[in-house]
Amino acid sequence: MNYHWNWGIFFEQVKAGEETYLDWLITGFGWTVAVALSAWVIALLCGGIIGTLRTTPHRGLAFFATCWVELFRNVPLLVQMLLWFFVVPELLPRDLSLWVKQDMPAKEFVTAVLCLGLFTSARIAEQVRAGVQSLPNGQRMAGLAIGFTLPQTYRYVILPMAFRIIIPPLTSEFMNVFKNSSVAFAIGVLELTFQARQMQEDSEQGIEAYLAVTVLYFICAFIANRGMAFIEKRSRVPGFIATAK
Amino acid sequence: MSFFAQLDLSVIGPSLPFIWTGLLFTVKLTLIAMTGGIILGTLLALARLSPIAPLAMAATWYVNLMRSIPLLMVILWFFLIIPLLTGKPMGAENSAIITFTLFEAAYYSEIMRAGIQSVPRGQVMAGQAIGMTYWQTMGHVVLPQAFRNMLPILLTQTIILFQDTSLVYAIGAKDLLKAAEIAGKNYNRPIEMYIFVAFVYFVICFALSRLVKHLQSRIAIIR
Repeated sequence: MNYHWNWGIFFEQVKAGEETYLDWLITGFGWTVAVALSAWVIALLCGGIIGTLRTTPHRGLAFFATCWVELFRNVPLLVQMLLWFFVVPELLPRDLSLWVKQDMPAKEFVTAVLCLGLFTSARIAEQVRAGVQSLPNGQRMAGLAIGFTLPQTYRYVILPMAFRIIIPPLTSEFMNVFKNSSVAFAIGVLELTFQARQMQEDSEQGIEAYLAVTVLYFICAFIANRGMAFIEKRSRVPGFIATAK
Repeated sequence: MSFFAQLDLSVIGPSLPFIWTGLLFTVKLTLIAMTGGIILGTLLALARLSPIAPLAMAATWYVNLMRSIPLLMVILWFFLIIPLLTGKPMGAENSAIITFTLFEAAYYSEIMRAGIQSVPRGQVMAGQAIGMTYWQTMGHVVLPQAFRNMLPILLTQTIILFQDTSLVYAIGAKDLLKAAEIAGKNYNRPIEMYIFVAFVYFVICFALSRLVKHLQSRIAIIR
């Protein structure tokens, strides 16, 4: 392999500007974390609601939720990203459309967060549904029997248990959000993958650039994993969910 | 309604032959990566479950490594490093085929590992008791059952793979998405093309996922 290594490259200045390559990577890391965490909030909220709706006896709502899941699950994330960026602004009313296209602050970021959040929400909805359905039917009946309304039964009986059950799959979804945020490069979010490509083209030290970015992704995945493990441990219901190894 | 009135769907017709070539590449990539990925993934799963510690560790490392990096980074990595290793440039298409095969192997191997572990231990012992070698036990007893148990999940993973192939966009390979985008540029109608390509992906993936669901109810082993 004929490759000229240069590990000092990170402290060298970029071709057009005052910054160093390290600055680029730090910026990228910041955007990756920002996109992933914001999208995760949307995904948890929408996913929780949609997943719950899929299990309700109300036919219309359940159908709506099923459509939601199928729509977001069966189109590639990259295509969704491009749709949100190029097509959705055209669908808006004229004035709003113009504002989005011309004046909306951090347009790429907002679009990426919305897209990734809704994409992930469909996957979380499926987990929530599985969690709710894994509970014995008696829990729902017990809730209704002591006079809770259906929403109250969900709020106080079913969902607290369901969310605890699905923490392991949620952990991998949380790690996926960080990985999937890389797709935001396609609409010009300055996240890690974007920076990796930019640094490779600018400095021609591709291996160093990619290695650094890969390590940063590792760090994200590791922290996400440990964080969820911590939550799993703290939220365990004593003596209820089998956790014995 | 103005948006829909402005859409000019007539540009889709003449660009279909071009988009078709893109779809063919997407399908080809999916099929090669699926076949190669399942074979390699099965070997990886066997390695992870083998009593030879270094082999098991190497396989575990490989699988965990692949699964913790974004696919997009893996695509870029291979596109950068294969020409450096082989000394000659490699087209985006070939690079994509190698990347997806090696990447998907990690995911398929996790499925096959679960499948192998779902086969009762007694089956392995029975195989050994009648004098079968390791490979005979695996080939004739364990793997056929593991494969059958996991077929719906393997196919679901393949649907995900089919969607993920759109990421070859990053290295400029001409797949379904890229072809549609080029067509959109040529006719100056990108919006129509993005909607059309999303529609194509949706129809294919939705139909396949229904098929898998149907298969799931048919294929379960009756014990």
